[in-house]
Amino acid sequence: MFDRRLVQNFDWILVLILLLLTLISVINLYSATFPMRNAGGMQIFMKQTYWFLIGFVVMLLATTFDYHLLQRLALPGYLIVIGLLVLVSLVGGKISGSQRWLSIGGFTIQPSEFMKMAVVILLAKFFDEHLQPGGYRLRDLWQPFLYMAIPCALIVKQPDLGTSLMILIIAFSIILFAGMRWKSFMILVVAGMGSAPLLWFKLKDYQQRRILTFIDPDLDPLGAGYHIQQSKIAIGSGMFWGKGFLHGTQTSLHFLPEQHTDFAFSVLAEEWGFLGSLILLVIYFTLILWGLSIAANSRDRFGALIAFGVVTILFWQLVINVCMTTGLLPVVGIPLVLISYGGSSVLSVMAGLGLLLNISMRRFMFQ
Amino acid sequence: MKPIPWKGRSQLRGSGLDSVSAEGFANSLKAATLIAIVIFGVLVMRLWFLQIVNGPVYRTQSENNRIHLQDIPPFRGMIFDRNGELLVDNRPSFDLYLIPENVHDRPRLLRNLEKLIGLPMEVTQKKITREALKYPFRPILIKRNMSRDELATVETNLFNLPGVSIQIKPQRHYLYRDFASHLIGYLGEISESQLNTGNYPENKQGDLVGKYGVEGRWQKLLSGLRGGEQVEVDAAGRKLRTLSRIPPVPGSNVCLTIDKDLQMVAEQALKDKRGAIVAMNPNNGEILAMASGPAFDPNVFITGMERSEWVRIASGKDHPLQNRAITGQYPPGSTFKIVMAIAGLEEGIINPQEETSCGGSYTVGAYTHRCWKKGGHGSVNLHRALVESCDVYFYKLGRRLGVDRIAHYANMFGLGIKTDFDLGSEKEGLIPTSKWKLKRFGEPWQPGETISVAIGQSFVLATPLQMARLIAAVFNGGYLYQPKAIRWVGKDDRRFYEFAPTVMGRLRVNPEHLEIVKRGLIGVVHEPRGTGSKSRVDGIIGAGKTGTSQVVTLGKEKALTAAGHESEDHAWFVSLAPADNPAIALGVLVEHGGGGGANAAPLAREVLAAYFAKKKVP
Repeated sequence: MFDRRLVQNFDWILVLILLLLTLISVINLYSATFPMRNAGGMQIFMKQTYWFLIGFVVMLLATTFDYHLLQRLALPGYLIVIGLLVLVSLVGGKISGSQRWLSIGGFTIQPSEFMKMAVVILLAKFFDEHLQPGGYRLRDLWQPFLYMAIPCALIVKQPDLGTSLMILIIAFSIILFAGMRWKSFMILVVAGMGSAPLLWFKLKDYQQRRILTFIDPDLDPLGAGYHIQQSKIAIGSGMFWGKGFLHGTQTSLHFLPEQHTDFAFSVLAEEWGFLGSLILLVIYFTLILWGLSIAANSRDRFGALIAFGVVTILFWQLVINVCMTTGLLPVVGIPLVLISYGGSSVLSVMAGLGLLLNISMRRFMFQ
Repeated sequence: MKPIPWKGRSQLRGSGLDSVSAEGFANSLKAATLIAIVIFGVLVMRLWFLQIVNGPVYRTQSENNRIHLQDIPPFRGMIFDRNGELLVDNRPSFDLYLIPENVHDRPRLLRNLEKLIGLPMEVTQKKITREALKYPFRPILIKRNMSRDELATVETNLFNLPGVSIQIKPQRHYLYRDFASHLIGYLGEISESQLNTGNYPENKQGDLVGKYGVEGRWQKLLSGLRGGEQVEVDAAGRKLRTLSRIPPVPGSNVCLTIDKDLQMVAEQALKDKRGAIVAMNPNNGEILAMASGPAFDPNVFITGMERSEWVRIASGKDHPLQNRAITGQYPPGSTFKIVMAIAGLEEGIINPQEETSCGGSYTVGAYTHRCWKKGGHGSVNLHRALVESCDVYFYKLGRRLGVDRIAHYANMFGLGIKTDFDLGSEKEGLIPTSKWKLKRFGEPWQPGETISVAIGQSFVLATPLQMARLIAAVFNGGYLYQPKAIRWVGKDDRRFYEFAPTVMGRLRVNPEHLEIVKRGLIGVVHEPRGTGSKSRVDGIIGAGKTGTSQVVTLGKEKALTAAGHESEDHAWFVSLAPADNPAIALGVLVEHGGGGGANAAPLAREVLAAYFAKKKVP
């Protein structure tokens, strides 16, 4: 049964941070969907609340077992999510031209969101089982590259460039974390730069346009260029104190696109100002640093790798989303984890945080 | 060196000696923390720059956020006839819009609109839905295509109508109203389900898209690409200046294979009748005319129509939306004898010289099958049987062939199979076989039924297009062409599609046998007692075959029979001219028109006469 030390070591700080973030998310989502409250906005708000409740249950469940069990579950879990991705490409629901969702009894799930966690766990297992003092060379890494390439290819096809880039970035972060030789790393960087033009031609028209638009917003004054401009106006106009809850004019007048998903941060920054945005960023970074310390203090290699992977997911999505809404990066459609609307993202991240808790509370098990 | 597999660690786990293994990542963790802090700093600086340094500027911009996006609809491609005569284009339409954000006093505005141009308040109110109010700057369409008077009234009172704006948009215009409406098709508002398919990435709710005919089939190329502009407007919603603009791209044009004049004649011939006339180039499958009566006016789908008009078009007894030339399935009657003659000759069952006596009826078992000519035709050979359309001759032939052999030849002539016409969904008709009947009804085929099949009755069904193609194949050397109505689709000098004939099948038939049948079909038009003499055009050697198909009246339809009209037979005439140098093949059908020779052949004559008259004048 449960060891008493498990309860003693329970990481209340992490739970507290998470509760703060969910609270911010729900309040902000209420405001973002308020202008469309008569057209399904309320439903979006309620659905997200339910997702959070389910998410907390999932998180607690993820603390109940010894995380080493995941070594056995990593590959089957990964294969199941790959299977779901294939299923999506066959029977998935189409929303505005891309096929990303599976519909199960009123709720839609987006398997690509779960893929991030699945890749993290599988890579953790790999690097735990294959040690390479002095750093990995490229030829040692064919398996991790394969684990990363398969889902990326499937997700790019949906097409969802943002999420597949995300998986790429997460996987590379873990590989670098595990340690690569300098020479191999440089080869990879050069090869990556060399193949960039090739990738460019593989991009869909609208994706190319977005990147070009980022460089020159005048290219798409009716689409992405307009959205970036309006998002910057929203964030900037918040000034220091913000316009106040439900008083964001950019939000209520629908100047922002996707204001409950990709541009949720703009809504927050408009209504709560620099102060509110700063508080959110501080809370978020506390979570990230806390996660890194869990990785540092974890009992073993496997735990450290998983903890680091979960942190990576949170970190890069935050950075890319905030950069996107503030006009530092092109609009690639990456939601802000835990703040934007999206059930699959909530579930997979809460499961990840549950693992963080799991690793954290088992760190002293054998002292 | 190979990586060391980390085996045996499970034993270590229990011993607690593994607690320092995370230290291997110490450097990585330090680096990660550093990166996180640096990036955190960058984000905070960016926010500081946007919200504090430039905050006041953005605050002003958000308070006067008067930068709107406006659509610029593209010009839909034009449609021409084969000679480049314009059939469909676009006209400017002055549409009345309402921008919710700029309306100060809605009830007053609606009252004013009712007073000025007679828009009923309730109707206007209904258009201002909750959904539409979600986007306070998005214009709501109140009235499409205002008349000149309405436009003038609104323009002069615009100062008194805050929130109202007039936009000029291109509107589809069908120059000749119900002309070739089944080929051209019509537009309709895009449906929710169409939007969800993702096949209309360029379209938005409220857009008009092609739903039928050329408009539907070539929607993508016809529609062009929407443009738009970023405009700055003042507090009343008036445009101050254009900030940037993407011009719309006009759609491609479509050129049909039909000849406008010939189509007009065909439609005129069908006036007030139910039926269809198809004219086809027998040498390549080009459709020269395709008329179906009654027709409809596609303009009314755009300008709006009365409810009664909609009911008449959509569900009326006459089914005006139905293109009878391709979806009307009728028993081919005696026109089917062309197939019978070939089948008999090919199978060696009949000798063209051999004569059979027709006494006006033919009795098999308990059933007596009558010839259409009460007194009988006397002694007839194949040629006379075709010319005078003797039923008894073909009853006997049918009985000897059997239904399955007949079906084989009918299929060879393209009956019972779709023609793959390039516009719209067609029906394939029906050619029964003994197998088919067993499957469909669970009953074996009765020999008596074959006798009805022999004169194109019983279960046999064909479309006017199939029959036109059939007679074309007899005279063009045995080729079944895919019927096509599109000559080209393109813009400027580019062509995205261009007509090229497609052979769908060949008649594998002895040419001598075809010759015999051809002579018979010429006789139908030119010899004494030929049933198709009313199709004769001076100076042209024509060929053809009449058909009069009985309408099977089943229980429910008996009431209609009593009313008289519905009990009449369908009149058929298939025709080809000139016989020595085929230029045009025709399929004519008049629903409940009566005898084919008297009622369908004269219509064929009108079309043929118009065709050859035009040909003479270059």
